[in-house]
Amino acid sequence: MAIAVRTLFFAAYRDLVGAAEIPVDLPEGSTVGDLVASLRERGHPFSSLPPAPAVAVNRTYAGPEERLAGGDEVAFIPPVAGG
Amino acid sequence: MVFTDVTPDPIDVVEVLKRVAAAEDGAVLLFLGVVRNHAEGRSVDGMRYDAYEAMAKGVLAEIAREASERHGTDRIAVVHRVGDLQLGDTSVAIAVSTPHRAAAYAANREIIEEIKKRLPVWKKEHYVDGASEWVEGAAPPVPHRAGGTA
Repeated sequence: MAIAVRTLFFAAYRDLVGAAEIPVDLPEGSTVGDLVASLRERGHPFSSLPPAPAVAVNRTYAGPEERLAGGDEVAFIPPVAGG
Repeated sequence: MVFTDVTPDPIDVVEVLKRVAAAEDGAVLLFLGVVRNHAEGRSVDGMRYDAYEAMAKGVLAEIAREASERHGTDRIAVVHRVGDLQLGDTSVAIAVSTPHRAAAYAANREIIEEIKKRLPVWKKEHYVDGASEWVEGAAPPVPHRAGGTA
């Protein structure tokens, strides 16, 4: 069984991957860390993403061990610069 | 009532101040972040703010709520602007009202520091020479273990 998640990219990461949103299929039971690794394994330009970027799952910051579910919204958050 | 918003509209500072007015308070503090004309020796002529808007609204509300609980006032209003800003434009307004000044200063300072640490907002500086770059930011604190129920 595979699960489908939506990955979102912002600011410098959006410029890097050239897209705001990319659908990704993953094996069931995959974690945030697995998603990052699987994207980076696609090679250029994804391999330029950091190995442990800040990530939010469904709009809440999540660690690399967090399990993903089908339909999750997973955002790659570059270092923030508000204010 | 704690009020927060992330908006593309220009910030009406007087409106933000009005939101925190209360008869029991003797201290009202307003912080404004504004776009300045220089950054690390380069001349800046504008700034673009991008946000993960749906998440930023929630995080900003959480930051204000935490400050409210810690400093014992619900008279807090925080508005962060996104989009293309010009020199002198207000990017963020933080108003806090408390019975005495110490709590207003502490809460206000804490809110801007937390915004800098974890609000999912990014800014791109536009320089006078025509170039533009994303401002180097801060890595938000991310939990190291999967946290309970999501």
